[in-house]
Amino acid sequence: MTQREPLYRITKNDSRSFLSAALIRFSCIVLALLVSALFIFSITKLNPINVYISMFKGAFGTKRRIWITIRDAALLLMIALGLAPAFKMRFWNTGAEGQVLVGGLATATIMIGYGNKIPTALLLVIMLVVSMVAGAIWGFLPAYFKAKYNTNETLFTLMMNYVAIQLVEFFVDVWDKKESHSVGIINANNNAGWFPAIANQQYLLNVIIVAAVIVFVYLYLSYSKHGYEIAVTGESENTARYAGINVSTVIIRTMLLSGAICGLAGFVEVAGISHTISKQTAGGRGFTAIIVSWLAKLSPIVMVFFSLFIVFLDKGAIQIASDFNLNEYASNIITGILLFFILASEFFVNYDVHFGKRGKQV
Amino acid sequence: MTITTLLAWVVAAVTFGTVIMYGCLGETLNERAGGLNLGTPGIMMLGGIASLTGAYFYETSTTNPNAFISVIISLVCCVVVSALGGLLYGLLTITFRANQNVTGLTLTIFGTGIANFFGGSLVKLSGGLGQISVSMTSNAFKATIPFISKRLGIFSNLLFNYGWLTYLALALAIVLHLFFFKTRTGLNLRAVGENPATADASGIDVIKYKYLACCLGAAISGMGGLFYVMDYAKGTWANDSGIETLGWLAVALVIFTSWKPKNATWGAYLFGFCYWIYLYVPTPVNVFLMKTFGLNKSTYLQNLYKMIPYLVTIIVLVLVSAKKRHHDRAPESLGVAYFREER
Repeated sequence: MTQREPLYRITKNDSRSFLSAALIRFSCIVLALLVSALFIFSITKLNPINVYISMFKGAFGTKRRIWITIRDAALLLMIALGLAPAFKMRFWNTGAEGQVLVGGLATATIMIGYGNKIPTALLLVIMLVVSMVAGAIWGFLPAYFKAKYNTNETLFTLMMNYVAIQLVEFFVDVWDKKESHSVGIINANNNAGWFPAIANQQYLLNVIIVAAVIVFVYLYLSYSKHGYEIAVTGESENTARYAGINVSTVIIRTMLLSGAICGLAGFVEVAGISHTISKQTAGGRGFTAIIVSWLAKLSPIVMVFFSLFIVFLDKGAIQIASDFNLNEYASNIITGILLFFILASEFFVNYDVHFGKRGKQV
Repeated sequence: MTITTLLAWVVAAVTFGTVIMYGCLGETLNERAGGLNLGTPGIMMLGGIASLTGAYFYETSTTNPNAFISVIISLVCCVVVSALGGLLYGLLTITFRANQNVTGLTLTIFGTGIANFFGGSLVKLSGGLGQISVSMTSNAFKATIPFISKRLGIFSNLLFNYGWLTYLALALAIVLHLFFFKTRTGLNLRAVGENPATADASGIDVIKYKYLACCLGAAISGMGGLFYVMDYAKGTWANDSGIETLGWLAVALVIFTSWKPKNATWGAYLFGFCYWIYLYVPTPVNVFLMKTFGLNKSTYLQNLYKMIPYLVTIIVLVLVSAKKRHHDRAPESLGVAYFREER
C-alpha cells in the first residue's frame, strides 16, 4: 500500500528571531504594494511610482499637511489605545464608534450650553470629564450584561453605535436653527471651548493629550495590578476565578476605562479639530482603530506606527484621487489590500510551511 | 391608521426585510460552520455592485437586450463576486488562521471601497448621479406572479405583489432549515461549528466544510446586495453606505434568529417594521412626546424612533443570553480558528 503524502505540512515556529520575523513582515508589505500597484495600473494605466510619490506628497508634502497627518493619526491612535484594555481581556468592543460619538456629543453640549459663561480653561476641564463619563456609560452597558449573562458583546457594542448616531442626529436637529440639518461651527465668533494653540501649533495639545494616554495605557496594562487581572481574565476566565479575581468587576471596570478613553477621543475631535458635531464625527475611525489595535498586538508603541501608516494611506489616497481624477474610495481598496497582506503575514511569522516529502526534511 | 398606510408599511417592511434576510441566511450558513464573518456588509456591497455592473454593461452594449439573459448575467456576477469575497475571508481565517473579527472588518472596508469605487466610475460613465439605470433588469427582477398578484384584492397587494426574489428568499430559508436539521451533510456542518476536533476525528473534512460554508454563505449574503440594488433601489446606485447599514442589521438578525433560518422568515420582516416605524407613529404619541421633551417639530422625534430596531436587537440579545436555553445559543466554536495540530 502506498501512503499519500500531503502537498505541504505546517509546523508551529515559536522561536523565530526578531530579524527573520521583521523580514517576513517587510516582504509582505512590499508584496502588498506590488499588488496595489497592479490594481492602480490596471484601472488607470498610470505609472504606479508616480502615484506612490503623489501619495507621499499628499501626506507629508507641506508643513501643514504633516501636522494634519499627525493630528489625524493621534486621534486614531487614541481610539486604538482605548480599545487595547478591552481586547486584552478578549472583550470585542466594536462600539468605539459610538463611544467616540457620545463623547463628542457631550463635549458639544457643554460648548453650546456654557460657551459664553465659563472661561475656556475651566470649560475644557469640564468637557474632558463629561466626555469621558459619556463614553464610559456607553462602555458600561454591554459590559454589565456581559458580566451578568455573558451577552454577546460584539453585537451589543455594534448596535450601541447606531443608537449613538441617532442620538447625535436628534440633538443636531434640536440645536440647528436654520433647518440645515447641521449645527455648523460651534462658537465660531468667540472660539469658546476650542483647544488653544500651544507654541503657535494649533494641534500640539491634541498630541500632548494622546501622548499622556499612551504612557497611561502602557503603564496600566504592563505594570499595574489591574493590567495583570485583565491579562489573566483574557487568557482564561476560569483561571482568573481560581486565582481569586472577580471577573465581573474586571469586565465592567475595564470597559468603563475603554469607553472613557474613546469618549475622550470624541472630546479631542470636537474641541480640538472639527469644532462641530454630526454623525460623521467618528467617521469610521472606531472600526479602523480595531484593526490598528489588533495588528499592533495591543502594544501602544507599535500602535503609533500603525496609526501613522493608515492615516498616511488615507491622506495619500485622497491626494491621488484629486491628482489623477480618481474616486476617493480608492483609498479603502488600497488600505484593504495592505491589511489583508499584513494579516496573512502573521501566519508566516508564526508557522513554517514545508513542501515535499517528510523524509527529506532535516 | 387607515388600511392604506398599514399596507404601505407592510410592503416597505417586506422589501427591507428581504435584503437582510438574504444577508442573514448566508451569514447563518457561515456561522453554523464556526465562521463569524463581520465582512458580511462588505460582501453585500460587492454583490450589489457586481449585479449592477453586469446588468449595466449588458444593457448598454447590446442593441436589443433580453430581460431573461440580463437577469442571469447579473445573478451570476453577483454570486461569483460575493463568493470570491467569501473565499478571501476563508483563505485568511481558515488557512492563514487570522483573527476573524479583524479580517471581517477589513473585508467590509475593502468591499465598500471596491463597490463605491466602481459604483462611482459607473455613475461617471453614465453621466452623473441618478443617471445610472438598469430599468429593464430591475423590472425583470421585480416581475410579479401573473393573475394572483392582481386579482385577489387586498390579498394580492399584501401577499403576492412583490418581486420573485422575495419568495426565493423565503424558499431559501426553508431549504436551509431542512438542510441544517434534516440532512446528514447539515448535521456534519453543525458538528464542524460546534466542535471541529470531534468532527475531524469522526472523518469529516473540516477544512472543506468551512470553505464551502463561507463561500456559499457569502454568495447568499451577496444576493441581499443584488436585491437592494435591483428591487429596493429600483436599479440605481447611490454612493452611500445604505447597503452597509443593512448589512450590520443582517449580522444582528443572525443572533436574533438564534442561528435558525426558519426564524429569519418572520424576524427579517419584524426588523423591517421596526426600521420604518418612524414614518407610522400615531399623531397622539408624537404630540405627547413633543410636549414632554419641549420640542416644536415632530420630525425631530423620528431620529429617536430610528433607534428602535437597534434597541430591539439589544433587548433580544440580553433576553436570549439571560434565558440560557441550550438550543438557542451560538455554535460552540464560533469565532475560533481550527488548528488540527493543536487539538
